Amino acid sequence: MHIAEGFLPPLHAAGWTLAAAPFVIHGGRAVARERRERPETTLLLGAAGAFTFLLSAIKLPSITGSSSHPTGVGLGAVLFRPPVMAFLSTVVLLFQALLLAHGGLTTLGANVFSMGVAGPWTAYLVWCTVRRVNHTAAVFAAVALADLATYAITATQLALAFPDPATGFTGALAKFLAVFAVTQVPLAVVEGLLAVLVLRLLGDIARPELERLDVLPAAATRATEAPR
Amino acid sequence: MSRRAVNGLLVLAIVAVVGLALVLGAQRGESGADSYAGSDSQAMDLIESAHPAYEAWFEPLFRPESSQVESGLFALQAGLGGITLGYVVGRIHERRRRRAGEPAATPSDSAVSGRSDSSADRG
Repeated sequence: MHIAEGFLPPLHAAGWTLAAAPFVIHGGRAVARERRERPETTLLLGAAGAFTFLLSAIKLPSITGSSSHPTGVGLGAVLFRPPVMAFLSTVVLLFQALLLAHGGLTTLGANVFSMGVAGPWTAYLVWCTVRRVNHTAAVFAAVALADLATYAITATQLALAFPDPATGFTGALAKFLAVFAVTQVPLAVVEGLLAVLVLRLLGDIARPELERLDVLPAAATRATEAPR
Repeated sequence: MSRRAVNGLLVLAIVAVVGLALVLGAQRGESGADSYAGSDSQAMDLIESAHPAYEAWFEPLFRPESSQVESGLFALQAGLGGITLGYVVGRIHERRRRRAGEPAATPSDSAVSGRSDSSADRG
């Protein structure tokens, strides 16, 4: 999902930067508010950030014979709501742009929009909808679809900037989706499974915090916990 | 099924999906140095071939020239993330253990007598 440095025309780069900026500023405030109002969840906030930092560095092989990386934003969006992830994603993307020449400063806005805004909001909407049916399925679907949505938005951004000379925007979108979408499916499944696992482990050690964040239902399920 | 068994199955499922993707990908993708090219760079190649007139108008301030150095820096990022995650989970675990010990002992009790009480209960 990283659009390389200089690979968006200046107007598009500026537009996406303007579009992403309010989300990032709002996200920075959300992080500060979270730490002020619920200091006991700061460690979990660190876990969400570290999860994104870790996952977005790992390139995994895919069925298409190419490789790609997960985003890790879905879990944090489920735990802390999407604004927080807009801020944390910006930190990760800035690190990669400056140190790894992966992504870029001119394309930071577009990349933040796909990974830090579209992905987390997709996760949150799916989470809110599916959790009424099944908790585990909701975590899996939210995180996996956030991963896919991020890459779908990147394809859209590229198609808008580089419409196909013959077939226009839709033709270009199909081409970019062909590169990103199928490749991303097994990665999205892996990220979804991993998020379910991490949340189970966190549930063992941080149940009160997760209840306070309204990720786990309060107290009621305590009886089902395995005795140790 | 116990919690631990489910967690084990989740790990197995993750390994299985990555392994399957690796096997299927080997059949479909290019072999040699281009195998498992990143989807990001494939998309940029697509732009360059469809729009040869377009030139990137800004260059990264720093670019790791060697792919070895680059993968090392990616490993550094993953390592920093992993270390932080492990540290944070360890601290949460420690906090939980301390909190779990709190209600057992009344404020006037010392930790030692609290512990002997609980062992007496069990015996």
